[in-house]
Amino acid sequence: MADTIHVSTRKGLVTARRQSGEWRIDPKIDFLGQPISLSLHDPRSGYSYACVNLGHFGQKLHRTRDGGATWEEIAPPAYPPQPEGVEDICPMRKTPIPWSLQMIWSLETGAEDGQLWCGTIPGGLFVSRDHGDSWQIVESLWNRPERKKWFGGGYDYPGIHSICVDPRNRRHLSVAVSCGGVWHSTDDGATWEGRAQGMRASYMPPDLADDPDTQDAHRMVRCPGQPDRLWVQHHNGIFRSDDNAMTWHDCPNGLPSTFGFAVAVHPRNPDRAWFAPAVRDEVRVPVDNRFVVSRTDDAGKTFQVLGSGLPEPPGLHLVYRHGLDVDDTGDVLAMGSTTGSLWISENGGDHWERLSAELAPIYSVRIC
Amino acid sequence: MAVVRLAQHLQRHVPHVEFRVSGATVREALDAVFAQCPTLRGYVLDDQGAVRKHVAIFADNELLNDRRMLTDVIGPSTEIYLMQALSGG
Repeated sequence: MADTIHVSTRKGLVTARRQSGEWRIDPKIDFLGQPISLSLHDPRSGYSYACVNLGHFGQKLHRTRDGGATWEEIAPPAYPPQPEGVEDICPMRKTPIPWSLQMIWSLETGAEDGQLWCGTIPGGLFVSRDHGDSWQIVESLWNRPERKKWFGGGYDYPGIHSICVDPRNRRHLSVAVSCGGVWHSTDDGATWEGRAQGMRASYMPPDLADDPDTQDAHRMVRCPGQPDRLWVQHHNGIFRSDDNAMTWHDCPNGLPSTFGFAVAVHPRNPDRAWFAPAVRDEVRVPVDNRFVVSRTDDAGKTFQVLGSGLPEPPGLHLVYRHGLDVDDTGDVLAMGSTTGSLWISENGGDHWERLSAELAPIYSVRIC
Repeated sequence: MAVVRLAQHLQRHVPHVEFRVSGATVREALDAVFAQCPTLRGYVLDDQGAVRKHVAIFADNELLNDRRMLTDVIGPSTEIYLMQALSGG
């Protein structure tokens, strides 16, 4: 069972540990005062990575091999030179898309030891084969003509926030883009095909709403035990795929809403998934100001509202796309909010305990 | 030699106070600095080699004109300051 949670916050990397059966927050905070957008632990190499987004001075990447006792800064992914005369324009805003790293938005382990995938804003996927010592942009995706249709959702530019490697064959992977649909590769990123058929975008004109290349997937996860099952929390609903993202099915019965950012799926039971619902678009608060988690146990036919241990209304907590995670037993869940609260459940979400309400805004939680 | 000084906020991430380097332009001076401290490059310049949007460079108290190519001419005793730009409110 998991005993460590890395919590990426606006003011540093917080670690929660289970000691003698009780979860406690480690008094030592790494990168204190610095915004951490994401972390990753690679159990194969023992490396942990922290994405430090300094704003003024750009996106940085650090790694440790001794559990955070010492960190070393490594070069983050860099975009290739933009050729003279080549325009790259956001179709929605008609503004130039910079060929420059704005933010690391996803980081996952790849097929080989030392291989990492990194999704970025604007719209980039990078690969490293040496534990992050060097990075190469995946040109086969960057050069797809459909990328010209991608645009930013919550950020100014499009970005890749979800990378789902297939455990049956780790050279197979799917990535999700906000706003640019889902892309699938069966050859370790050499070639790609769009796989967002079935999603629907109500923020587009009706005739364009079904275009797979402009779908705003907020977060995508894959069930490790049944990898053909993927879940997407989309801007306009909850979608489920039973065929490795070939087709997507709307699950309109989400309670108390189908809007949100985060989704987590049980490691073996593909029909069980968790969501953190909210009121959509410009409001982005819990429905009726009551902060809850919802869970489906039947592949999205019905949903159960889980509120035990969560605060009474009004509670204006919001969970970002990387703010909900489940461990490899499927019992332990961790959830962090933009309001700086960290909750743990040890029974699949039936009951939650707030470990802290005193943290900075939380961007990501990772159970490891 | 030109002096390149780092703002305190930058020293927090890159543990240097100043460098003494030669160069005829800000680009040449900074390239000489980056040769000594490669990590600093990514804090000052973006992927395309332009000055980061929220970084300000002063040369002899004048803000840099050419933020893309850094061709501003400097003298042998120019003082260059690398600072965070004030932005937002």
